[in-house]
Amino acid sequence: MTNKDPRTDIPKGAKPSEQIMTDPSKASERMRAGSMTLTLVPWVVAAVLLAILPQLFTNNSALTIMNQMSITIVFALAYNMLLGQGGMLSFGHAVYAGVGGFACMHIMNMSDFFASIPLVILPVFGGLFGMGLAMIVGSFSTRSAGTVFAMISLGVGELIAACSVIIVAFFGGEEGVSGDRTYAQPFFGVEFLQQEEVYYLTAAWVIISAALMYLWSRTPVGRMANAVRDNPERAEFLGYSSRWVRYYSFVASGFFAGVAGGLFAINYEILTEENLNTASSGVILLVTFLGGVGFFFGPIIGAIAFTLLQTVLSLSTELWAFYAGSLFLATVMFFPGGLAGLIMMHVPAFKLGKAGKLVMPYIKTLLPGAIGILGLAALVEMTFHYRHAATGDDEMTIFWTTFDSHSLMPWIIAGALTLIGLGIARATAPALKDAWSEANSAGGAS
Amino acid sequence: MDLILVNLIDGLVTGLLLFMLSAGLTLIFSMMGVLNFAHASFYMLGAYFAYQISIALGFWMGLLIAPLLVGVIGAGVERYGLRRVHQYGHVPELIFTFGLALLIEELVQFIWGKNQMPYNGPEILNFTAFAISGNSIPAYKIFMIFISVGIFLGLLYVLTKTRVGMIIQAALSYPRTVEALGHNVPLIFMGVFGVGTALAGVAGVIAGPVLGTFPGMAFVLGSIVFVTIVIGGLGSLWGALVASLLIGWITTFAKSYNIEMEDILNGIGISTPENLDDNIFRDFWSLTSPQIADILPYILMVLILIFRPAGLFGKRIQ
Amino acid sequence: MSTPALELNGLKKSFGKAEIIRGIDLSIGKAERHAIIGPNGAGKSTLFNLITARFAPTAGTVKLHGENLAGLEPFQINRKGLSRSFQITNIFPAMTVFENVRCALLWSQGYKYSFWHLVNKKRDLTEGADAILDKINLLERRNLPAGTLSYAEQRALEIGITIAGGADVIMLDEPTAGMSNTETDYITDLILKVTEGKTLIMVEHDMSVVFGLADRISVLVYGEILATGKPAEVRADAKVQEAYLGAALEAEH
Repeated sequence: MTNKDPRTDIPKGAKPSEQIMTDPSKASERMRAGSMTLTLVPWVVAAVLLAILPQLFTNNSALTIMNQMSITIVFALAYNMLLGQGGMLSFGHAVYAGVGGFACMHIMNMSDFFASIPLVILPVFGGLFGMGLAMIVGSFSTRSAGTVFAMISLGVGELIAACSVIIVAFFGGEEGVSGDRTYAQPFFGVEFLQQEEVYYLTAAWVIISAALMYLWSRTPVGRMANAVRDNPERAEFLGYSSRWVRYYSFVASGFFAGVAGGLFAINYEILTEENLNTASSGVILLVTFLGGVGFFFGPIIGAIAFTLLQTVLSLSTELWAFYAGSLFLATVMFFPGGLAGLIMMHVPAFKLGKAGKLVMPYIKTLLPGAIGILGLAALVEMTFHYRHAATGDDEMTIFWTTFDSHSLMPWIIAGALTLIGLGIARATAPALKDAWSEANSAGGAS
Repeated sequence: MDLILVNLIDGLVTGLLLFMLSAGLTLIFSMMGVLNFAHASFYMLGAYFAYQISIALGFWMGLLIAPLLVGVIGAGVERYGLRRVHQYGHVPELIFTFGLALLIEELVQFIWGKNQMPYNGPEILNFTAFAISGNSIPAYKIFMIFISVGIFLGLLYVLTKTRVGMIIQAALSYPRTVEALGHNVPLIFMGVFGVGTALAGVAGVIAGPVLGTFPGMAFVLGSIVFVTIVIGGLGSLWGALVASLLIGWITTFAKSYNIEMEDILNGIGISTPENLDDNIFRDFWSLTSPQIADILPYILMVLILIFRPAGLFGKRIQ
Repeated sequence: MSTPALELNGLKKSFGKAEIIRGIDLSIGKAERHAIIGPNGAGKSTLFNLITARFAPTAGTVKLHGENLAGLEPFQINRKGLSRSFQITNIFPAMTVFENVRCALLWSQGYKYSFWHLVNKKRDLTEGADAILDKINLLERRNLPAGTLSYAEQRALEIGITIAGGADVIMLDEPTAGMSNTETDYITDLILKVTEGKTLIMVEHDMSVVFGLADRISVLVYGEILATGKPAEVRADAKVQEAYLGAALEAEH
């Protein structure tokens, strides 16, 4: 999965045609100059976007969602340092974010100390605590990757989550720990009373953390993390202990997970057992995998897509976790590269200037497919309503239509939509396949 | 003394139940090299199916049919899901089974709702088998012990004495060679996966009435099952047995004897600090064994992994 | 006499009851090109794995420049200046050819577990890796994923990775296995070129390669060294002729 797409490791901004040069020094010279400017572009765009978003979406709930997104981005990127970059599958990574967050809550409650530091640096403490825990756990869990690592991460995760109701002094038992962010030293007069101020703090941390994690992947230990992921034995015969390479990745990942936890603490001012448990760890795995583990920006897309999906679906259906689970399973089975993998699949077509040829076939297949899936979802919702709604409550509403779930007509309509939609998608799929191979082959009229 | 005997029996029941799950899991692991995260979900399906069948046909038909259904679903998952994901490598396989576990839980909630189901054992076993100084041992527990031991013996017999068992054992270690000898290895894989999940289904059928049939039952037991096979040594059937019984007894005893941390610490010569209520270690001092009974397996696992990474009976680290 | 680059004393290895290596004493001098030949199953690869600590020996010692390697991990041995290739191509297939070589340079250039250097900005790494690529004639393949190279190119890359770290003892495990004649000639020249002035220990099946490359040859049969000497001496050795050819014939049946 992680090593399926080799393009990950090609420095950005270097076109293959430029790279094949006879003079090595010149080639590298050019590449360096090219990558400098080109790698900066996405960062600047992201920063500008983050700066103007609150002007476009001004209400508080939008800000809350964007903050949620930002925290998830940091956490998912940290998680992908393990899964994507290092090939380590963790089932208990929420623990590091959680412990970082709890530590931040306790700092918030240490009134004298908290009053002497500006709020903006609080996530650093979260990071340090997450890192500290990762240093302890990593000392024995990074001996091997693969199944054993996954199992230890699960065991340690469960252990610490279970401790939350036992060690009440730190985890606050079932109520959790709460505090007040506004008691910090004002930062240039800002006291973070407003949601918008918190937004900018979070956004700044997203940019900083993402940039640091990106740079990490370009350092010797970051490059070796990829090497150890792909072939630990070879890495050992290059002078690197694969265990220590994993350890450093793990500790760094723990730091940034802790930063995410700190941001959570600032945003919600409360941490509970939920921040630590296996469900939270599972969600971050889902987010990261959905976004795509093979590319640095995959988890970012995953975090944005997942938060939106969660917000939209959880408002409109009780079954949203069921849909999320189905989507996740479909991703693992059919698109192991995730959303980022799907996007990057189209790069060759764009380079050949043939991407336009895909538009019509896509519409012909994906539109009916989407309608079919919506029909299927309607059937699922109706079944659920039929089974679980209180007796006598036969009325239900989906897609802005209200009807009686016990009458036959809606079932026929939804069933027909499903069959016809999926049927058309299936019938047009071969044409899409042809268009795809045509768009990805060089030559021919374009 | 009598209480010890009661606890021994209770621990044995828990341990054997764990073993029915861990046996299948460890077999599947040594065969395909992948831990089936959804294993406990099949256990849950077993309980729910048996409940549904027991409404119409009674408990015994549930015991007969539900595991078969679970086994067929398990084989289907292997054939149409896992085999497809296999080409991407181990990590996606693990992620796949993890997603499957989530989905099965959601599916169960979708069909049966979030509440516990009124699934009960058969009337005929609803009596006290015997009593040890006032502690009655229900006949159902004895029945559970018999079923588990019977399954274990059957499994042992099939694996070591029959031709099919030999082929399976060989396929575990040398899949290519066995394939070259003309055996259909993918079919064997599918079969073992089906049988493993069916075993989990049996465990669900007989545990459902005792431990409760609710959507969280898979996750409650699931992680303990992983811990069990890690402690026993991944891929070792004997290790799974020993670790299951060990965990069964440890947790049972920890729950029924109220051992306090304070007493232990005082016993080894550390005196209780004054003003315990203000001490940052106050929670540590006031720990009791029933409180930590459920996390003892995890502590045990972490210790095992630190000092003996291959597990009690493990031969190799994968 | 100066310390030999590599010295084996009474090296033994058993797997269960089967004794694969039955006591090997061998001394390989500095800058010597030494080939180990022998029929299939003689234990050549096992011997390699013992020297590089992929397996732990049952008995005996391995000394690199007079230093005992017992108890060291593969990465520690590598840091002491011993580098090896593998019989089955063992590269980083998802990384580019350039990155493969650059990874091999990191430790020897002193970057260790650094997270305060950016590899793209390090001229020594870029130029060093390009120089190696130039040596193994893969400069044109520089930015392709290593997994997409042809078999011979992957073997060349494997040699490149092996020598990149600047180790002075190079061990190559059947570098020409499975190659056509032209490819074999190409790799042989390559090996000659890149191991100039270094100690080379190689396992090889192809006799023409062995006699063209090696200063000295050891013949390994059933876990024991039958003879060691200059190519001409070994070729003339009646015992070798008989045992080696006999075993080779046996192996074919």
